[in-house]
Amino acid sequence: MKSLKAQNALQKIFFYAGNTIIGIIFVSPLIWMIAASLKPEAKIFANMNSIKTFIPEEASLDNFIEVFRRVDLANVFKNTLTYILLILVLDLLINSICGYALAKFRFRGRKLILSFVVALMVMPMEAILLPMYIEMSQLDWVNSLPALVVPSIAKCFSIYMFYNFFKDIPDDLLEAASIDGSSPIRTFFSIVMPISKTVYATVFILDFVAHWNDFMWPFLVMTGKDKRTIQLAVQSFFGTQPVHYSAIMASLVLSAIPMIVMFVFMQKYYVEGIASSGIKG
Amino acid sequence: MAKIEKLSGRKRDERIAGYVFALPAVGLLLAFLAVPIIYTIYYSVFQYQVMRPNDILFVGLENYKKLFSDSDFWISLKNTFYFTIVVVPVQCTLALVLAMLVSKKYRGVSFFRTMYFSPQLTSMVVISVLWTVLYNSNPNTGLINALLANLGMEPINFLTNEKTAMNSIIFMSAWQGAGYQMMIFLAGLQGIPKDQYEAASVDGATPWQQFLFVTLPNLKGTIKYVIMITMIQAMKLFTQPYVMTQGGPRNSTKTMVYYIYTQGFQKGNFGYACAVAAVFFVIVVAMSLFLQKVTADK
Repeated sequence: MKSLKAQNALQKIFFYAGNTIIGIIFVSPLIWMIAASLKPEAKIFANMNSIKTFIPEEASLDNFIEVFRRVDLANVFKNTLTYILLILVLDLLINSICGYALAKFRFRGRKLILSFVVALMVMPMEAILLPMYIEMSQLDWVNSLPALVVPSIAKCFSIYMFYNFFKDIPDDLLEAASIDGSSPIRTFFSIVMPISKTVYATVFILDFVAHWNDFMWPFLVMTGKDKRTIQLAVQSFFGTQPVHYSAIMASLVLSAIPMIVMFVFMQKYYVEGIASSGIKG
Repeated sequence: MAKIEKLSGRKRDERIAGYVFALPAVGLLLAFLAVPIIYTIYYSVFQYQVMRPNDILFVGLENYKKLFSDSDFWISLKNTFYFTIVVVPVQCTLALVLAMLVSKKYRGVSFFRTMYFSPQLTSMVVISVLWTVLYNSNPNTGLINALLANLGMEPINFLTNEKTAMNSIIFMSAWQGAGYQMMIFLAGLQGIPKDQYEAASVDGATPWQQFLFVTLPNLKGTIKYVIMITMIQAMKLFTQPYVMTQGGPRNSTKTMVYYIYTQGFQKGNFGYACAVAAVFFVIVVAMSLFLQKVTADK
């Protein structure tokens, strides 16, 4: 018994020591990024050969102010959040009702639509960029909000997540509602939606993160400087003269803040969303 | 009688509701996913220059024939496969190791999990910009070369040497992405029944043997799934080379998606770029069908 206790203690020591060492090495690039964003430009590459490079000695927020001055960051954040929130509202509505129809309604073509959704899930968006771009220019949407929003609303993966969730709702519950005279559509909005907050939260956070990271599609369709999204602004700031590395680091940190905030508040749903995709897939 | 009538009325309601609910999403999927796939293939048999949209010329399989003798296309194909074949085992192994490190539910474990997950909270663009600075070949500005200099090693031109550029991108990508797969592995690890470990340790199995004969067999399904999503993700490589190396040096980091972009959007050869895109599409779909088939026989 004693040896088992000793073994457990040893395991604990390994756990904390190992994770502390490996963890610090693992996040050291990010620590350097944050430290650099707080340093004055002249000091950013000082002390590169010592551990001091990770510690901002004369820490200040000047770099952040400079980013706001040089890049119209307020506008960039506004652009990004506008398009993402527009997508998400429509995404949650349209994909959830589709997933619900596939899970609970009997109608002709249901199986066909379901297999169509599953098949298109692996579709690489990169393969259809060219005709999509032509479609956008024919609709005269290039450089405007609809080009970012409309093609991204329907998502096979979201439909499938909703479908999987709604499938498990007991039919008795829905039948009870219909005996009470509720139409199928009303049953969905008044009974199903309110008890399905978890799946909505999960799809919300997964898609928020995915779109916050979007680079290639906005890069192709939003060429106007005042229309840029956050990733485009960061990328082009990196190449803008004069190159101020500390200001660049500040822009990197700033662009991650909304993601960190989202993660803090919705960690549970985010992690569950990632994990459940593995179990179900 | 009345009940049957009511039931069939409900069936009709359900059918109508089904169409009403499914239609918006299906319509959008057709317009912005299915139709563009067909158009990719359609345009690929035309000579179609963006600058001269009215001179669209049917050329049959000419674009595909041209592909075969286009050395830039083969290089991009080779680079894409090289990236995928190397990054998948590296990233998946790293993710599994990290998941094992934080699978025990000790106090503070979620702090360590968040640490390993944190590169995921910054975008690929951010990570690419950051690592371009970290990889700088001058030890006075590049953190990694400064570290090597401290260890008494010669500086490495990570991104400016064609031999190391792609490997540098692979290393960074695996580091950025592993946290995501770690979360999937963690869910898998938690699903393994505890008594299997107990039985193994009663039989005198070492931790390594427990890993080989309990952990791995139980994780088989999860491992296959993780490999599948990592592979498909890897095939789409674009952002990192675009931000860090612009496909260079000497085309060593030019990928298929990068080539589609250069041909279609920079040079304006839409028809030809669509042929590249069609080949890319077929490869990715074939790959995922194959992987799904392998994954299915659990």
